[in-house]
Amino acid sequence: MFEQIIITIATAATPLLIAALGELVVERSGVLNLGVEGMMVMGAVSGFAVALTTGSPWLGVLAAIIVGALFSLLFGFLTLTLVTNQVATGLALTLLGIGLSGMIGESFVGQPGVKLGQIYIPGLTDIPLVGRLFFGQDPIFYLSILLTFAVAWFLFRTRAGLTLRSVGDNHTSAHALGINVIGIRYLAVMFGGACAGLAGGFLSLVYTPQWIENMSAGRGWIALALVVFASWRPLRVLAGAYLFGAVSIGQLHAQALGIGIPSQLLSSLPYLATIVVLVLISRNRRLTLINTPASLGRPFVPDR
Amino acid sequence: MKTKLLTMAAAAAAIAFGTMAAEAKTKACFIYVGPIGDFGWSYQHHQGALEAQEALGGEEQVELAYLESVPEGADAERAIERFARSGCNIIFTTSFGYMDATNAVAKKFPDVKFEHATGFKRESPNVSTYNSKFHEGRYVQGIIAAKMSKAGVAGYIASFPIPEVVMGINAFLLGAQSVNPDFKVKVVWANTWFDPGKEADAAKALIDQGVDIITQHTDSTAPMQVAAERGIKAFGQASDMIKFGPETQLTSIVDDWGPYYTKRIKAVIDGNWEQVDIWGGMHDGHVVMAPYTNMPDDVKAAAEEAQAKITSGELNPFTGPITKQDGSEWLKDGEVAEDGVLLGLNFYVEGVDDKLPQ
Repeated sequence: MFEQIIITIATAATPLLIAALGELVVERSGVLNLGVEGMMVMGAVSGFAVALTTGSPWLGVLAAIIVGALFSLLFGFLTLTLVTNQVATGLALTLLGIGLSGMIGESFVGQPGVKLGQIYIPGLTDIPLVGRLFFGQDPIFYLSILLTFAVAWFLFRTRAGLTLRSVGDNHTSAHALGINVIGIRYLAVMFGGACAGLAGGFLSLVYTPQWIENMSAGRGWIALALVVFASWRPLRVLAGAYLFGAVSIGQLHAQALGIGIPSQLLSSLPYLATIVVLVLISRNRRLTLINTPASLGRPFVPDR
Repeated sequence: MKTKLLTMAAAAAAIAFGTMAAEAKTKACFIYVGPIGDFGWSYQHHQGALEAQEALGGEEQVELAYLESVPEGADAERAIERFARSGCNIIFTTSFGYMDATNAVAKKFPDVKFEHATGFKRESPNVSTYNSKFHEGRYVQGIIAAKMSKAGVAGYIASFPIPEVVMGINAFLLGAQSVNPDFKVKVVWANTWFDPGKEADAAKALIDQGVDIITQHTDSTAPMQVAAERGIKAFGQASDMIKFGPETQLTSIVDDWGPYYTKRIKAVIDGNWEQVDIWGGMHDGHVVMAPYTNMPDDVKAAAEEAQAKITSGELNPFTGPITKQDGSEWLKDGEVAEDGVLLGLNFYVEGVDDKLPQ
């Protein structure tokens, strides 16, 4: 039972973690994309559709990633090339994504999907207590953990990461140094889109293998909030996503036990707990300011 | 020249006739609270609308128009009014939260008929209300659950603590207790009508705590899938969800609005529409049970017997003696709960392992 609960928590946290990591990279490059929810739900519908038509969940995952990235290109083109307002464009992307995915997915409603199964390594998966945790979950879970460390390593240990952060902190200086600000932001936005797409694919292929309109049900917005409260640090995003997952699942168990605390209060606990904890660990104002991408949300028009 | 004129006259006549035919068409309009792709509440209303159109002669006779995901509140009034202006003859508003908006618009358009689902206000003569006694189906589910469960406890995924949902939990438990007086039900409130992930998590939590039957009053198919994965049995909700659990679904309460919509639109066509307040159950064909599957024959027989008794009116799920959760008496032996009390139900019956959120 304990093992099952931990796995349930990991399943709840994984889509938040993946989407938030993508958005973190986008914001580190100085772009605010509020379209996470829209990209996520597009990823969910395309992943589901491709997996169901081809019978291969892996092709579905691939499709979710590609569609997420392509959909984010639309945002990139509008905000980076045409320099539209990022907040408005991001919101529009969410609305468009929800509407478009509903239209694309109309014929897939009410059809059981293809599930991306859990991995099984003979011997290792059968180890009591920890076997299924470490060697028996779905592949995307392991990918999400790897991705967290990869993003952290990329941002803070590589030259390319330094360049990306410099673009996010001061695009004018970066431009003066000969860095291709717009090009880097395009790549970051596409990475964010790919991650959101993958998170959506996780929903429709692993979490609840089916397509229902608007099935992301606000997870894109939670991912966005996690990025800010984690003060743009990948490992804190990991902590935040798992804390949120743990409290969400914990409150359901508390209800099932019948301990008599009002369910409305319990339902709000994941949000409260996550905000409180992340604010506490990010309370050093100076460090937070250092971590905040200084050019976040500001448009950039290169002087030619 | 003459032939040409004749052709033109014929064409003009055809156009005139065409317009007349179009005017004779009845326009039925629907306002949905969710997307029609939710495979739950709004989906079933839309299926009912399509069924009515089909039954009344297809697109030639009945024109359908609908708006999805209309928020309850100020937006709803605008949407309803737009429909009323656009020539709708009858407008169905299919969620509780449209109650005041529906009545407000109805006063301005006395020639248009309005039908509000699950509400109770009928402020002008052109407003009807309609609802279904889903709790009748839940009583039958309770009987099945008690016969199928080895643990003697079922998990109930609930949405919001409104009378409709509380009524369902009580009816389910009363059905179960009619078989096994010690039967318990564990309730988890998802505080949402629709969030597949959260509903799945709630199902997992309940199963991890030892329930071996899952039932739900939320709208997605996710709990059914979880139950199938974990190898226990479950009940579907709103639509027949057998595809999501071929070896899992025991039955499902299917919201069948088709017959009602057909009847009411037909009344508009025939010109004999009258204000009604309908709370239809199994007897009226509003509440339909999906085929009883994945259970032994004796359980199936018991379920069918209860369904037949409820349909004939011989059995009312809320018949005394019934004790409230706090131990006080609610209904005396043989006493039947009044509809008014049920529609405002805000307490549990004995045996619910939960504290009702107030």
